[in-house]
Amino acid sequence: MTTAQDAPSVVPDFGDEETDRRICFIASKGTLDMVYPSLVMANAALGEGIETHIFFTFWGMDIITKKHMDDLQFTWMGNTAMHPPGKKMHMPQGLAGLPGMTALATKMMKKQIADLDVPEVPEFLQMIADAGGHLWACKMSVDMMGLTKEDMIDEVEDIITATDFIELSDGAQVIFT
Amino acid sequence: MAVTTIAGAEVQVDDEGFMTEYDEWNEDIAKALAANIGIDLGETHWQVIKFLREDYKEQGETPMLRRVSNVGGVSTKELFQLFPKKPAKKMSYIAGVPKPQGCV
Repeated sequence: MTTAQDAPSVVPDFGDEETDRRICFIASKGTLDMVYPSLVMANAALGEGIETHIFFTFWGMDIITKKHMDDLQFTWMGNTAMHPPGKKMHMPQGLAGLPGMTALATKMMKKQIADLDVPEVPEFLQMIADAGGHLWACKMSVDMMGLTKEDMIDEVEDIITATDFIELSDGAQVIFT
Repeated sequence: MAVTTIAGAEVQVDDEGFMTEYDEWNEDIAKALAANIGIDLGETHWQVIKFLREDYKEQGETPMLRRVSNVGGVSTKELFQLFPKKPAKKMSYIAGVPKPQGCV
């Protein structure tokens, strides 16, 4: 323990001087377990004062599409790592294909997420937008899926092409999820 | 860990300058801490700071932004305006509670 005399007042470094750090996430999947990585990290980046973008493409479009965003599903089919929380026991792959199993697994995962006080997708996106995050939709996916801007939440800034994204992410850290 | 003088009071702080003793905090200290990081405390700042302190006392941990918004009643947008760039860290610094530990 030092004394008041020899310890000058320390002020945390909140990095307020302008930073040029920028992060762009590419959200390409629409399964419940795979939408959270980009949302959680984008939210954390915004909380650190970093300019943050998310580019939604292919199945990731479901995250920003009003019709699907609150109904994303989880299956452990094809995921050999799946085991019940905290247990050393593998869930048989064949079980995952039984009727109703995806709904059950989705319900369980949603409960675990809610227990951590982490919001569901619609609220999470709103948080990210309110925190200044930029949301972009992929032109090719929009065309493939026959979507319009009206099918997506208002917080999506624009529908952009792959080239637009490459320009936008110039100099940024790009993370594909 | 060190002892320093803030607003005329001796308080314990960690290596980064965050207060470590909940009960050593007072409003004058909060004003001084806010001034240290260029924030002039207005009414809504105080609402946030008081919520942080009450919630920390009740829950035993510093609330994340979502909780400050949903339970404390100050929107995410406002929090980013009141405590620019790093709201969670800045508000806990001023409120004399630890940095929040959660991911969301």
